[in-house]
Amino acid sequence: MENKRISSVQELLSGDEAVARGAWEAGLRVACAYPGTPSTEILETLAGFKDVDAQWSVNEKVAFEVALGSAIAGGRSLYASKHVGLNVAMDPLMTASYTGVNAGFVAVVCDDPGLASSQNEQDTRWVGPYAKLPVLEPASPAEAYLFIKEAFAISERFDTPVLFRMTTRVAHSKENVAVGARQDSALKPFAVNIPKYVMVPRNAYQKHMVIEKRLLALAALSETTPLNKIEKGSAKLGFITSGIPYQYLKEAYPDASFLKLGFTYPYCDKKIARFAHMVRELVVVEELDPIIQEHVRSLGIKARAKHPTFRIGELLPEHMAQIYKGAKKKELPSTARKPVLCPGCPHRFVFSVLKRNKAIVAGDIGCYTLAATPPLSTLHTCLCMGSSITIHEGFRRIMPNGKIVGVLGDSTFVHSGITGLINAVYNRMKGLIIILDNSTTAMTGGQNNPAMGRTIRNEPTKQLSIEAVCTACGADNVDVIDPKNLSQLDALVKQRLAADALSVIVARRPCKLVDRNRLPMPDYDRIKCKTCGLCFNLDCPALVKTEDGHVDINAALCAGCYLCVDTCPSDALKRPA
Amino acid sequence: MMKKKSSFTSLSVNRIWNVFFCGTGGQGVLTAAEICAVAAMNAGYHVKKSEVHGMAQRGGSVESHVRFGPRIFSPLIKPGTADFIVCFHEGEGNRLAAYLRKGGTTFVPFLKDPAFLPQDRRFLNTAFLGILSALAPIAEESWLAALSQQLKRSLVENQAAFALGRKAGFAYAGRTGGR
Repeated sequence: MENKRISSVQELLSGDEAVARGAWEAGLRVACAYPGTPSTEILETLAGFKDVDAQWSVNEKVAFEVALGSAIAGGRSLYASKHVGLNVAMDPLMTASYTGVNAGFVAVVCDDPGLASSQNEQDTRWVGPYAKLPVLEPASPAEAYLFIKEAFAISERFDTPVLFRMTTRVAHSKENVAVGARQDSALKPFAVNIPKYVMVPRNAYQKHMVIEKRLLALAALSETTPLNKIEKGSAKLGFITSGIPYQYLKEAYPDASFLKLGFTYPYCDKKIARFAHMVRELVVVEELDPIIQEHVRSLGIKARAKHPTFRIGELLPEHMAQIYKGAKKKELPSTARKPVLCPGCPHRFVFSVLKRNKAIVAGDIGCYTLAATPPLSTLHTCLCMGSSITIHEGFRRIMPNGKIVGVLGDSTFVHSGITGLINAVYNRMKGLIIILDNSTTAMTGGQNNPAMGRTIRNEPTKQLSIEAVCTACGADNVDVIDPKNLSQLDALVKQRLAADALSVIVARRPCKLVDRNRLPMPDYDRIKCKTCGLCFNLDCPALVKTEDGHVDINAALCAGCYLCVDTCPSDALKRPA
Repeated sequence: MMKKKSSFTSLSVNRIWNVFFCGTGGQGVLTAAEICAVAAMNAGYHVKKSEVHGMAQRGGSVESHVRFGPRIFSPLIKPGTADFIVCFHEGEGNRLAAYLRKGGTTFVPFLKDPAFLPQDRRFLNTAFLGILSALAPIAEESWLAALSQQLKRSLVENQAAFALGRKAGFAYAGRTGGR
């Protein structure tokens, strides 16, 4: 997509921003999401358009259902999430394929090959054939801007949700895109249609027949759509590819022929076969799972593909030559600096208490997951959103006397922690849950959530009281404490761990990126310091170990939280006079 | 000694330029890269930029690749092809030195040379953009438009730091023969 140097309004947009801009121009009415790297910026951008009804939903299942409801009611709607977020929305997604839509509905999902910030590298392309939905895959922000408009058109033409799949590199890289004006889409009338929207067995059976026919129609579209493009180059070498690897191959093999798939499911079998006949050497290059590769081979077409070691991690430009040769991937150690909790982070107080008490911590997804990193090393399981409370229960059923603590954040608790807490009460479990309430959804960039009483546009709304919810769920003890009261917190944790009760401690103190106030740094007495190193175990970036094991405090970074002061057994670190 | 000014022949606008920005969280790496990308866009190039989000606030490494030219495919710079490594942290600049192409310019020495550093270290990133502006084929007005578009605070101080950096950059280009 060449951007010409003529008069057209250009903006430097990321893939996420381009999706939002394109959807807005396509007359989008409603957009719902839960924050998740690398998709978060889609709703953040959409919230900037006043004619879009944009929301942070409680979780991805809710987001999907609200958006789908609006589409059925007649307004174009969009859902956005990361790959593991889609897992939460799989229930409505699978059956949305059956109900179909009314106005267009697009589910934008961002995979994270290479794990910029995720628990796994699942390949969402599998959902296409699984849910029998068309899949669109832009390979750049400029394509994302164009493809999202096409997605809404396809959704309405074929009465189907459309899966719009990006990866981190496409979602977060930027490109100059020529943008346009909003085309207001008229609302589609909602007509009562019980066999279409109510999926009882008799209706679902009939709809299944519709879906199978729809797939054939979509396969016919796949053959003719310009989204699947043959670029005729040399007859010696041809690549079948989709997504970001296309860009790297174009620079590594500029003379080759290409079949670039942008409408990646259903497949354009005839086009694939035609392309295969155009070139002597055929290579399939895709990131993560061998999906296109196995399909091409199932057509009886001989094609080379990457060594299986390249199914792991992100594909980079420098990999293209190795992939072409069929070489194994060389794993290089990462030299990047590790992320750590910010100086002054309230979570550090809680984890220092848990570490001191030698607790086994069932953790969850958020900034606090960083407590697993050495030297803190005080978070022992982390699976998925809300799994802290539930894995805590699972552990206690086997180790009833263990010092097991479930730890999660405010946004995570509202997302999917409440059901686990009700389960623990209902199934008569005793134990301790700590909710780290730092008044924000921090790790994804500080978004608002229901426990803050502020919407995505910072409008005031009812504030969900976490402690009231815990009490209503039936927890035996619910305490709210400022984690900076270290000795009080320690005493309370000990007390609750010893109790025959299900207790919740809400550790409430704002995130340091929300409350940026800093107090003066501690005084350090070099002579009193016994170089025991206990302060360094807190892994605070402001504390630097000198060559002889003493302490150097980085004044620019220190937030003046005095956790190191309260941790020092030798009185070498003191609150300033 | 023959002094050559940086000359931007028609050849230089027809190839791809690769600018590698790096540093640690809080140094303004992404802002600097954004200004560079917007400047290139203003100058009429096709631009692609890649960046890593999120870990910056938590003290992690920050990298951003900016590529501009007539037609860009990859948003990532291949190791050994960067024309410039614009780094705000010496350790990061050294760690990522393999990205520099033979004959490319790394800004690591500038971090240690007072002739290239602004008086107020908060404006290090705009000063370095000034240096870059003397070495890359993007017209000054494109840079200045990008600065005022991207910077909401301290625009005047940033413009001044940029101007001084640009002057230092031209002096450097003169000493090293320009591009």
